[in-house]
Order: sequence, then C-alpha cells, then structure tokens
Amino acid sequence: MAVDKKKLKVVNNKTHSIDGQGLMQGRSYYTDDLAEQNSLVIKILRSPHAFAHIKSIDVSEAQKLNGVALVLTYKDVPHVSFSRAGQGYPEPSPHDKFILDEYVRYVGDEVAMVAAVDERVAEEALKLIKVEYEVLEPVLDFETAYENKSIIHPEDGIKEMFPIGFEPKKNVAAAYEMEVGDVEKELAKSDVIVDETFYSQAQAHAMLETHSSNARLDAHNRLVIYSSTQTPFHMRRIMATTLGLPVSKIRFIKPRVGGGFGGKQAFHGEMFCALTTLRTGKPSKLVYTREEVFGASYTRHPMRIRMRIGAMKDGRINAIDCRSLSDTGAYGEHSLTVFMIVGSKVLPLYNKVDAVKFGGQVVYTNHVPAGAYRGYGAIQGNYALEATIDILAEKLGMDPKVLREKNSMKEKETSPIFEIMGEGTKGTAMIMESCKLPYCIKRGAELIGWEKNWPRVKVSDTKVRGYGMAIAMQGSGIPFMDMGSCSIKLNDGGSYNVTVGATDIGQGSDTLIAQIVAEELQTSVDNILIYSSDTDLTPFDCGAYASSTTYISGNAAWKAAIKMRERLIKEAAEYLSEKPENVEFDGKIFTSKDKQVSLYDLSVQFLYNKNLHQVSITESYYGHVSPPPFMAAYAEVEVDLETGEYEVLNYVTVTDCGTTINPMLARGQVEGGIVQGLGMACFEDVKYDKKGNLLSNNFLGYHIPTHKEIHKLTSEFADSYEPTGPFGAKSVGEIGIDTPPAVICNAIYNATGVRVHNLPITPEKILKGLKELKK
Amino acid sequence: MLVTFYLNNTQVSYDVRPDEYLSHTLRSHGIKSVKVGCNESTCGSCTLLVDDKPVMSCSVLTASIEGKHVTTVEGIQEEAAKIAYHFAEEGADQCGFCNAGYALVVYALKREIKNPTEEQIIDYIVGNLCRCSGLQSQLNAIKAYLKEE
Ligand code: FES
Ligand code: FES
Repeated sequence: MAVDKKKLKVVNNKTHSIDGQGLMQGRSYYTDDLAEQNSLVIKILRSPHAFAHIKSIDVSEAQKLNGVALVLTYKDVPHVSFSRAGQGYPEPSPHDKFILDEYVRYVGDEVAMVAAVDERVAEEALKLIKVEYEVLEPVLDFETAYENKSIIHPEDGIKEMFPIGFEPKKNVAAAYEMEVGDVEKELAKSDVIVDETFYSQAQAHAMLETHSSNARLDAHNRLVIYSSTQTPFHMRRIMATTLGLPVSKIRFIKPRVGGGFGGKQAFHGEMFCALTTLRTGKPSKLVYTREEVFGASYTRHPMRIRMRIGAMKDGRINAIDCRSLSDTGAYGEHSLTVFMIVGSKVLPLYNKVDAVKFGGQVVYTNHVPAGAYRGYGAIQGNYALEATIDILAEKLGMDPKVLREKNSMKEKETSPIFEIMGEGTKGTAMIMESCKLPYCIKRGAELIGWEKNWPRVKVSDTKVRGYGMAIAMQGSGIPFMDMGSCSIKLNDGGSYNVTVGATDIGQGSDTLIAQIVAEELQTSVDNILIYSSDTDLTPFDCGAYASSTTYISGNAAWKAAIKMRERLIKEAAEYLSEKPENVEFDGKIFTSKDKQVSLYDLSVQFLYNKNLHQVSITESYYGHVSPPPFMAAYAEVEVDLETGEYEVLNYVTVTDCGTTINPMLARGQVEGGIVQGLGMACFEDVKYDKKGNLLSNNFLGYHIPTHKEIHKLTSEFADSYEPTGPFGAKSVGEIGIDTPPAVICNAIYNATGVRVHNLPITPEKILKGLKELKK
Repeated sequence: MLVTFYLNNTQVSYDVRPDEYLSHTLRSHGIKSVKVGCNESTCGSCTLLVDDKPVMSCSVLTASIEGKHVTTVEGIQEEAAKIAYHFAEEGADQCGFCNAGYALVVYALKREIKNPTEEQIIDYIVGNLCRCSGLQSQLNAIKAYLKEE
C-alpha cells in the first residue's frame, strides 16, 4: 500500500529527537550512570603476550588482599565454548571462546578477573596474581596464517554451529566460495582485464562511551544486567546457555548507549559481571578503560582483496572475480558473515555481468579480534571494487561515471547473488523495487561539477584538486532471520505506551519509531511514550545490526499501529452502537454520522466506567527481502604535491534510502558514516609492534576525525519509495560509511597519478608514489 | 582530605584522596552528567568549567580546586536546552555521550569570545571528540547558538 508522502504529517517531516535535550542536559541515562552505588568493581588481568599457554597461575596473594571479593581464573569458570559475536541462533560464528582459558591469544586477552570494593584495590590485586607463561610463537601476519605451524586454536571443545568452513587446525575460522557462470571463460573473452589487489586496515570503532555493564540480584533473586549493548535479547540467550542458567533467571536492560557502530553487538564485560554477582550476591560493574576498548574489544576485519574485472571495448563489464583474505584476529566473531558481505553487498552493484565469482578464507592471527563494524565487509569490498572500476575506466578510455552508469543496478532489476549469498547461509532472491542509483549518480555529478572538474583542476604549481567518485549499496536487515516487534497500549487520556525491543544506540530509533506510530495514529510524537530494549518488559527484537532497525523494527511498529487503529475503530463502533465501517477517526475524535466520542473519553471509560478492559496490541515483523539503500558519492580533494598532504574540501553524497522517516536523523546517519569512512580512508590506523603489542591504543595514537579535518559535506536524498518498507523507508545506518576509501583513492589518483593500494591513504604514501612517478 | 568548593554555586565539601580526579569525585557523589570517555584527557566528554574556564575534569585533581567554582551541565540547564534545540534543528544529536561536554564548552566559548570566527570556534571545541555526528551539523548548530542574543 503506497502512501502519499505529501500527506504525511510526522513521518518524513522535521522532528527533533525525543531525548536530545535530556541528554544535552546531562540526565543519568547510560549504563554506568545506573550502576548500584556500592558495586564491586571488576578489573581484568590481560595477557602481555601475543600467544602463550598459562603454565601456572597463583591468585592466593590477590585473594588475601583486603577488599577483594572474588578472583576468577580459567579453573573457576564454566568450560563452555561460545561466541561473543551477539548473533541470532544458531550463530554463524564459530564457538571458539571460553570465558577464561588456559591459552591467551593476543596481547590483551583475558587471563583472570578480580572483583573488589573499589578500582584501586582491584588494580592492586591484579598485580598480586602470579602467572607463569609458556610463550608460543605468534602469527602476526595474516598472509602467513594459513597452515602456519603455530596453531592458534589447538584446544578441544570448540565448534561450528553449522558448516562455515571452520578448520582451526589450519588457522581457518571460516571459508566461502561461490560462482555464477564461468569467470575464467568470460575473462578470456574480454577485451580488457584489470587485476588489482587492495589492503584495508583494522579500523577501531572508537565510540565515546566505553564498553560498560553492571549486575545486581533483584528481590526475586534474578540477575538483572544493564549493558551498553546493541543486542540485549541475544545476550540473554547466550549468557543463559554459557553459564547454564535458565533464560528466565536473567534480565538484560539496555539503557542509553553512547555509540556502538557494531562494536557493542558483542559480549565484553557482561559474563564477568554476571559471575561476580551470582557468586558474591553483590552488585558489580565493569567499565572498560579506553585502552581496553582499543586493545581488548574488537576492530574491523583487515583484508586483502584481489579484484579481476574483464570488460569489452564498449565498456560492458563481463566478469568480476573477487578473492579475499580476511584477518579475524584471535577469535572468529563475525568471521564468515563479514566476509560474505564483501561479496554479497558489493558485487551486485554491477549486475549485468555474465559471470561473477567470490571466495576465500578468514584466518586466525594473534591480533585483537575483529568483529562487527558498520559497513561490515561492504566498505572493504567497496574500496577494492570501486577503485578497480576507475582503473578499468582509464584502460578503456572512458569516464568512470559513464562506465558506472552503463553497468550498474537499475530499478526492477536483480542479481543472482541475492539468492546465492545470505548472511552465513543461502540468500533470498529479490527484485529492486526501489533503486534510484542512476539519479544519485547524475545528481551527485551536478553537485560536484563533474563535467567541468573531472579528473583534476590545477590550483597552482604545487596544488592540484582531484575529483573522485564511487557508488555503493547495503541491505535492510537479514530476511527470514531478523525479527522485530512492537506493543502498543492505550492509556487513559489517549496517550500510547509503545514498547519495542529495537535498540536505540544513538541512531535515533526511539524517535523514528515514535514518529511511525504517531503518523499512523494521527497523533503527535509527544503522545507516544516509548520504552525500548528490556528483555523483561519489551517484546523481542534481534537488535541493532545489519541495518535492520528502520526497516524491520519500523515495520513492526507500523503494523502494530495499523492494528491499533483498526482496534480503536472497532471499540468506538461498539461504544457508539455503529458498524466499524461507518466510524471515522481523526486521531482524537471518533465520528459516525451524528454520533461522536473522543479518544480521551473512550480511554477513560475503558479503565474506570464501562466495559472495563485494557486495549493493547502486539505485532512482529521479519523481512522477506532486504531492500538495499544505494548511494553515489563524490569528493573534491586538494593535494599539495610537495608534501603529499591533502584536504577533502567537499564530500557529496546522494542517497536512496526510500522515504526518510526522520530527514535530519537520516542525514546524521549518512554524514556520521561518511566521517567515519573518511577516518578510515585518510588516517585511522591500527599499529602493532613486532611482538604484537598494539601501539595505537589511545586517542593520541589513534586519530579520529575532528572539526579540523572535516570541511564541507553535501548530503542529498533521492525521492524514492520502497514498497515493502514502513512508509516507504529502507535502511540508512551503514551505507554512509562505504564509499570514502574508494572515493578518496580515486580522487587522489586523479589529482596526482598515484594509486594507493593500502589504507589509510597517508601523505607519506602519496609522496612515495610521486617520487616513483618521477623516476 | 577535605576539599571545599562551589558546585554550581552551592558550597560542598568532599572527603577525597589526594590523587583523586574531579570527574571521579563528582561521579562517585552521584553527579553522573560528567561523562568519562577516556580518562586520559584526550576526548573532552568530561568537560567542566572551573572558574568559568573549560577543563577536562579527568585530569584535574580534586585537591586543586579548593575554593573554586565548578560548573557542571546541571548549572547551565537553560543554556543546555537552547544548545540542544540547535543540535536538534541541525540533526547533530546522536548518542549524546559527548553532548553535556559540548554544552559546557560551547557555553564557555559564548561567554569568552564575542563573535568568534569559524577558526576560533573550531580551535575552542576541537578537543571535544564526537564519533557519531558528521561534525559539520554540530558546527552549524554551535554557530546558530552563538548568534542567539
Ligand atoms: S574523559 Fe576526560 S578527556 Fe576523556
Ligand atoms: S553524539 Fe555520540 S559521540 Fe557525539
């Protein structure tokens, strides 16, 4: 049922985020703000070695220290392998982690846990733990991990939940292969072949709120955990299984989360809080230090991607072959699924090929584990593909924009990849019901002045402006796997309680779900009392990942609101002794011919006077497709040819995310994503020393974009309507991050002739390239 | 040791350790608006005003503020609401973790520099990191607030 966007009053209209003011005013709303005042403070003893076996561990001195309540080593915790990935059931990630283990696999891996009356005592106690390590030879170069003589997971008891290519004895966490048509044959037929290899780094999430959790027992002796998580319902399930508790004994509450970007999909301190509170009966809390966030949580998967593309002289792309190698670090969280996205949410962009092939391995190394991070493989794949497309265009003597226009996805088209590749499993066939990519490309070119400026404009003898572009797609949730739900309850006075499992992590889902319900029930957002993500009080939701919230949870909310509206009309009809089809409702008054009743009166009657009952509705939704948002992005970059330094003067994007439920928040998602992507493209770099120690473990060593580096962002949206989305919406949370590495790479090349094949694109690399060109 | 200072114009005395930092003291006394994003003076989320100057409270020893005036966002609620309005207008608010710190630094900027240039604004706020927003929207919101009479 297509909705006329012009008639919308709340959705697609400017609406302030419902909690912005309270947060600016400093209300206690985040996980650690809500810890019990007398919580035991938990600290973790972390490995100083990249790979070692614990020969002996003596905690007796630590236990004796005054104020220490609990010390745990691998000997004291359940020996049940699990995955911290925070995914649905069964997880597509290997169960290769124990809460504590006798092996440590990266510098920062957990050795032991201390809970004490305060931080000082806990830290003192850590120093008293005596550990004897047998130091093992680490694997620190992912290109040498496969069948390395150092086996990172030699232990028993680890497993895959279904076949994912898990071969721990070969250091392989997951592997995948697929082919449509015959790529070698098509390449052989092509007039032009390009063959390029790109490397991308282990970007850090660097969300400002560090990973935090705390626990207490309630009056019913149930474990209540506050956690800065993106996936409270998955947490509850995984914790119950791993600790051997009934699900009914655990309640997870997600308060306000200070940024997640995928990093908070996973378990960080929750198991330790649970164990401490269960064993001592006392409340406990664990707040990661900034150094722990950098060095002991997650990064993006570093990758090597080789792209081979074959095309005919007229610019028709025949075949794409994408071989990838991904570094999952010490544990295999999200190893397969991130890897598959490199293919499945990137390669369909060029859907007119006769053959396409994707595959490779995800290997273990002794680095900080990699996990979910906004973009989730698509940004790595996009960098390799979209830089290679520019190289191909040059070989063909074509404008890369024209090459893209000729070969890219259009509305009502499809790609066989959708059916073959899903998230760890088979995919789902779908047709692009909404795809305004051609418009996005055209409009973006106008905004950057492509015709006039591409490829470069000379500013002076030493300064050149280069222009680059790329296109991108993502998805909207995982079909037949991600489910969201929503309950609506009518209050006396006519306000509505809306409870959703959907996890607001700063992206604004509470606001946009309130908008969706308000629109359908013809009321205002402040009449919607939304409460989200509490496993006791709200209905289920898979959580905030895979760009699912607007589409999946938004659809659930819309469905519930539609049902509530029908229900209210039925109730009013009964009250007025009329037929429902004769009753009209304008959000406040029910009218039937000459009879009327207000929602206010009706709601009060039901609770106090007549036909007493509670009116409430619960609905859920899962996707049958995962409609991709699309984007075209362009940049204007000014390079100093003497120093290699450059500035991104303007970054233009035109996005098709269907209807923007909240235009300001959608822009915030796009621009926030772009800025993170620019960080990855330009300077964010994770550095290790030769022994596997992380050097970039604070904001001085790991620079994220600031107001100094970000100049102009020009962000527009295409007029688009996705028929399966709530009020025509698709997702917008991840797409913004995908393009900057390729766009900057292409712009720098156009300015200087230097093609940088490994991220970040630093002045040093540009200068080195310039020197080589001069030779 | 006992330290006496003015917290949002009210005199308070807290018993603290000599090596304790202000962000810690305030949070442990229930003032949770002080956010700690790094605890090593590199992110700005713990920004407070000491005698009207923005400081990163995770690196200010509580012992050093004897007799001084400390302003947390609780002390500038109305101004914070105005800044929040402009953030919302520009779509600059997301997770909000950086926001209380921003409110204080932007408020201090307005009092300290009349009609600042864009460069002055950026120099003043650059220590306040935000990982969520596109930053440009924040800057626009800040400019709009600074223009307010
Ligand atoms: S917490 Fe003080 S600057 Fe980051
Ligand atoms: S809004 Fe999240 S850090 Fe600024």
